[in-house]
Amino acid sequence: MRTRFVRTLLTPQGVAVSIGVLVVIAATVFGPILFGDAASARDIASRQQGASLAHPFGTDELGRDLFARVVVATRVSVLLTLGATGISVLGGVLVGVIAAVLPSLARRAVNAFIDILLSFPWLLLALFFSVIWGTTATGAMLAVGFAGIPVFGRLVSTLASSVAGSDFVHAARILGSGPLRTATRHVLPNILPPLLVNMAVHASVTLLSFAALSFLGLGVQAPEYDWGRLLNEGSRRIYVDPMAAIGPGIAIVLTGVVFSLLGELFSERRRNAPLRAVRRRTRAETRAIPVVSDTEPVARASDLRVSFRTEDGGLVERVHGVTLSIDPGEVVGIVGESGSGKSVTAMAIAGLLGPDSLVESDELRFRGIDMTVEPTAAERRRLGLEQAMIFQDPLSSLNPSLSVGRQLREVSEIHGRVPRPAALKRAVDALNLVRIPDPERRLGQLPHEFSGGMRQRAMIAMGLMGSPRLIIADEPTTALDVTVQRQVLRALRDAQRSTGAAILLISHDIALVSGFCDRVIVMRDGRIVEELAADRLEDARHPYTRGLIACVPDMATNRALPLPVIPTDTAATAVAESPEVRT
Amino acid sequence: MSELEFRAVSVRYGHGRAAQLAVDAADLVVRDGTTHGLVGESGSGKSTMARIAVGLTPVSGGSILLDGVDITDRAPASRLARRRVQMVFQDPFSALDPRMPIGSSIAEGLLATGRRSSRLDREARVHELLDRVHIDPRRAGESPSAFSGGQRQRITIARALAAEPAVLIADEITSALDVSVQGVVLNLLRELQQELHLTMLFISHNLAVVRYVSDEVSVMRAGRIVEHGGTETVLAHPEDPYTRELLRSVPVMGEPLELEDA
Repeated sequence: MRTRFVRTLLTPQGVAVSIGVLVVIAATVFGPILFGDAASARDIASRQQGASLAHPFGTDELGRDLFARVVVATRVSVLLTLGATGISVLGGVLVGVIAAVLPSLARRAVNAFIDILLSFPWLLLALFFSVIWGTTATGAMLAVGFAGIPVFGRLVSTLASSVAGSDFVHAARILGSGPLRTATRHVLPNILPPLLVNMAVHASVTLLSFAALSFLGLGVQAPEYDWGRLLNEGSRRIYVDPMAAIGPGIAIVLTGVVFSLLGELFSERRRNAPLRAVRRRTRAETRAIPVVSDTEPVARASDLRVSFRTEDGGLVERVHGVTLSIDPGEVVGIVGESGSGKSVTAMAIAGLLGPDSLVESDELRFRGIDMTVEPTAAERRRLGLEQAMIFQDPLSSLNPSLSVGRQLREVSEIHGRVPRPAALKRAVDALNLVRIPDPERRLGQLPHEFSGGMRQRAMIAMGLMGSPRLIIADEPTTALDVTVQRQVLRALRDAQRSTGAAILLISHDIALVSGFCDRVIVMRDGRIVEELAADRLEDARHPYTRGLIACVPDMATNRALPLPVIPTDTAATAVAESPEVRT
Repeated sequence: MSELEFRAVSVRYGHGRAAQLAVDAADLVVRDGTTHGLVGESGSGKSTMARIAVGLTPVSGGSILLDGVDITDRAPASRLARRRVQMVFQDPFSALDPRMPIGSSIAEGLLATGRRSSRLDREARVHELLDRVHIDPRRAGESPSAFSGGQRQRITIARALAAEPAVLIADEITSALDVSVQGVVLNLLRELQQELHLTMLFISHNLAVVRYVSDEVSVMRAGRIVEHGGTETVLAHPEDPYTRELLRSVPVMGEPLELEDA
């Protein structure tokens, strides 16, 4: 945590912000002490002078040095800004948190009130408040501060209500923690980071608000002065001595920028350049047409390694040299726990890993297509027709705003160049095959009108729209109930039988994989631990595979004994115990 | 003695025509010192049963009794009694405050006992609880992100135990965990059950897991309890067609799946 903070400070932006903040603080604290005399020393002889070496911003009508006055005004401007921002934030937090913990009816009333206040421009509110508190510096601070409360109230109540819905807040409530305690112990600490960002940005807006108020004569009154007043006085002779107005302007802009950058720094997440270096094809390779025979493996990977970029810019290898091949029509299962690299391996075989990953291999082929180079248009079309992919969450892999029929047809129409009526007929056949009743009507519906199991079957049907040679199913039934799981698996099996496609099924459930597949590949920590025939699980040699088989309770487990536990020393690192990795 | 009884409880979501019955006149008794398994699919209302027992969702009808005291109304006595029913959540990643050290999270559980204790007492109790769930007590000051899913689930169990619950409700507590970690958590529950004589309502969609931990089982479907009885009896001789279908759908290690009539 601390190192990341230091690292952020050492970026160019971090250095610039640090210097800016230091300058602003120095001017606030020492400005009046060092420049106080110069700022109030009258020198009628040299009044209303333009910019010169002695007076960088010129002098005012009483001959006072404007540069000194700008520096001295920092304290008033910055303190007023901080004060007003403080009022906005404190008030906003109070209103927002109260709104979040109130019963629903009162909460709605408070939120409605915030909405009404938000619809007024802040200047109007500020003018209204300055009528109440009078046109003084304190009045302006209160006015600007209170005008900002609705903004923060809304922000806090939105943030807080998302935190309030999480399980740990529920747990606190069940344990008897009162609303106030929950708000201070759980809700506030968790909304603090986004709040800090907004606070900094809001400070720069507040600074401008003060400048505007003082410029209009509603803020700081003579003989006091802040940047807005100096700007106001300077603007009267802007055509004669531009620096008299530009000087305070520079101070306002620079300080505002420092506040905004500070906010951005809090929220800064560094973006990395894409990792993937795709090899360009030589001309000979482009011309060569891959020969496809139906006896050679559908997909083959040799010494496949996949690395990802970590948050601090380093590379971490997640798949360490996996070699596997899938024969035509074969049903292969990859079993492993979260973080074992099973999904990453499958995505690499499908060529679907994004630019944040680095895929290296001795060989990576799908039916003669070299997946390590960018595919040609013809190859891309073949990939679209011959590969089908089914993910765990069908709601995110189907487009929610297009009808299921349109999405099914797309495959045939784009990749297969099939005319629409033929594609439509094919879609009906595909839905029939996966046993979705009343396919004509179903095709016109949107994905959300399908149940979870039906969506998964629609995804399988989408794979059938081409001429699939490999169907990759990544945890296709994990989100589904056991009875629905059977229907989806049946659809998958029917699809395989009718097309002769191979299936790569990825799951954490070894019982499921052994019941559905011909061959089982066990992965752990990015490596293949063991490969064995699905009906010969008892022959498993590796202690991890044996542990995996033994640790799952089934309908015959002896209830009097504790469950066997996989010893963590069977592999160098315990994947299951590594924190952040979840698939 | 601690016995949790759901008596003809109903839960209705929404109003008027759009109203849906999540739980429909369900009866269920968790007997003292036993584990009662509740099986059902998503949307069957089993998680709603957990939420009404701890007061996160109000009931629309019926009552829930803890040792004869109704814990569903708003009376202070009922509210106090309700704190003796504690719950362990499904997702260990959202069940712990990411910005609170795990020791403080567990200490929060002590609130429910209603006793005021000194800081030293609290620390001693947190150590004892961490030890009980096999987590190094010296790590009490670390934040949840330093722990794996299985460890976090054990921490949430420790937090629930800190409240000295009469009844513990476990809502799908292993479904977000890897199978190897699932075994560790289930073994821990067994151990606690034997040592502390816990009364537990164990909710899961996984029949094999429910069978392993439960003495009695209720099967829930569409808000109704369709079958109920001793674990062995219900699973060996299921009477309801739905229970039979559920049993047939469980994949068995090394046996090809029977998919023809799916």
